[in-house]
Amino acid sequence: MSTAAAKKTLSNDAYDVEAIRADFPAMSLQVNGKPLVFLDSGASAQKPSVVLERMDRMYRSEYANVHRGAYRLSELATENYENARKTVAQFMNASVDEIVFTRSVTAAINLVAHSFGRAFLKAGDEVVISHMEHHANIVPWQLLRDIMGIVIKVAPIDDDGNFLIDEFKKLLGPKTKLVAITHCSNVLGTITPIKEITRIAHEAGAKVLIDGAQGIVHLGVDVRDVDCDFYGFTGHKLYGPTGIGVLYGKRDLLNALPPYEGGGDMIELVTFEKTTYREAPARFEAGTPPIVEAVGLAAAIDYVNSVGLDRIAKHETGLRDYAMKRLGEIDGLTIIGRPREKGPIVSFTLEGAHPHDIATIIDSKGVAVRAGHHCAQPLMERCNVAATARASFAMYNRIEDVDALVDALNTVKDIFG
Amino acid sequence: MDDDIRELYQEVILDHGKNPRNFRHPDDANHEAHGNNPLCGDRLTVYVRLGSDSRIEDAAFEGRGCAISVASASMMTDIVLGKTVTEVEALFDDFHKMCKGEDEGVALKGPEEDLDKLRVLAGVRQFPMRVKCATLAWHTLNEAVHGGDKTSTE
Ligand SMILES: Cc1ncc(COP(=O)(O)O)c(C=O)c1O
Repeated sequence: MSTAAAKKTLSNDAYDVEAIRADFPAMSLQVNGKPLVFLDSGASAQKPSVVLERMDRMYRSEYANVHRGAYRLSELATENYENARKTVAQFMNASVDEIVFTRSVTAAINLVAHSFGRAFLKAGDEVVISHMEHHANIVPWQLLRDIMGIVIKVAPIDDDGNFLIDEFKKLLGPKTKLVAITHCSNVLGTITPIKEITRIAHEAGAKVLIDGAQGIVHLGVDVRDVDCDFYGFTGHKLYGPTGIGVLYGKRDLLNALPPYEGGGDMIELVTFEKTTYREAPARFEAGTPPIVEAVGLAAAIDYVNSVGLDRIAKHETGLRDYAMKRLGEIDGLTIIGRPREKGPIVSFTLEGAHPHDIATIIDSKGVAVRAGHHCAQPLMERCNVAATARASFAMYNRIEDVDALVDALNTVKDIFG
Repeated sequence: MDDDIRELYQEVILDHGKNPRNFRHPDDANHEAHGNNPLCGDRLTVYVRLGSDSRIEDAAFEGRGCAISVASASMMTDIVLGKTVTEVEALFDDFHKMCKGEDEGVALKGPEEDLDKLRVLAGVRQFPMRVKCATLAWHTLNEAVHGGDKTSTE
């Protein structure tokens, strides 16, 4: 298929990718003398100007610490920070008091592991994860296992990368206290049936934590509809700044949990004998929070909403399909992960060329992809690969980016013959 | 094609990458160490037979990695043969400087003929993220001859 034809068949009527690109300063960067073709948004997305400007404006003229001073500037900062919480809550269909700001999804998962873990788990209790988790949703449970003797069970996937719901069901039992599963695999792109997973887990009496790092970016989430108990995501993959993440938790559950970190802002009353803690979310936000980052995240969400998550998803799916097709035509290239439900993430290997060599060589053409194990070593083992190269697509990518990737991969083939 | 890329992926490197020398597990190795690049998941094991005069009588490796790390391991196992641990250390030091582009105007210690061979890998200096790939085998060898004494641990 020629590019022009592809453009036509894949066009998402009113989706003006050039206008969107104009909103992202990084889209006009040159790398190694070539226009940047950024295909690593799955690791971290570029930021639209509105996010950068919002954060800049806040630092310049609306900045003070929050929840502290009885003066106008601090009130203004607090208002902004709490409004950001409102924006996030609306985005996920949650209530504001169910939104805890954290540093990242990694921090959100660790919070659940330690707080929920200490309060509700005991030796021998089971946590079920999947074979395609990011290390962020494996290692915290292993740390907890080492401390408390919990048992980790791993739900399998098939060779295409599909989550096997019937196998998952078999793992659940009276000792299962928590199911912690990714919404979308950062390697295979697999979208997991989180609503069904949640229903099944609840029937078994277990709570559910969803790692939404990739999922929320491409699919969004309605936590009321899914009915999960916790849902975490990270701001920097959603076109927001680094240093900000979110943990959604059902209100009653959050308020039943002990604090994770101690410090200022999370207490009601402190004496040296006894301290009482505030309700969620304050209970979990010890110390000065990432104030401006939260406001930047809200600006990113506003931007995503203004374009429309559905339209973005449709655009990204078109890119994914075109990439799967074009990459599939390359001799010796193997796509890793062909699940039925797949986000805009395409991992692959190329015969005779290690993913690192691929990434270095195509970078010289301006094409940025991730190479390595993608913080999912157990999944790499499962797929019988040491590493993969991964192209991930975001709202600002276009058909030409896929063509550039394919051309650059042909250079790799020339070198490695 | 880009000059830096051409320099990095020279024929010699591609050849060593594709057909690594000394890619085996010698039964009589008395030292070994595992090297691992946590950033990319590359792993290799270096095996050494060290003589009583601390001369390297055999060096080999196994593992998986990119063309640069495999080529570097392959070339290294050839070059260190017959050298003493002290000589290997000096050579590693030179090589490290080369890879980081810190060898300009610096007197290198190793034999010119070895340095010439290693110089084909110096293209990594243009790619800071890849320096580790080129030096992984050397770090691992270093660990093998110093810490990985199999005769004392088994
Ligand atoms: C599925 C998944 N979970 C967790 C993470 C960790 O995100 P962060 O490093 O922002 O905490 C990532 C991103 O790398 C991811 O893709």
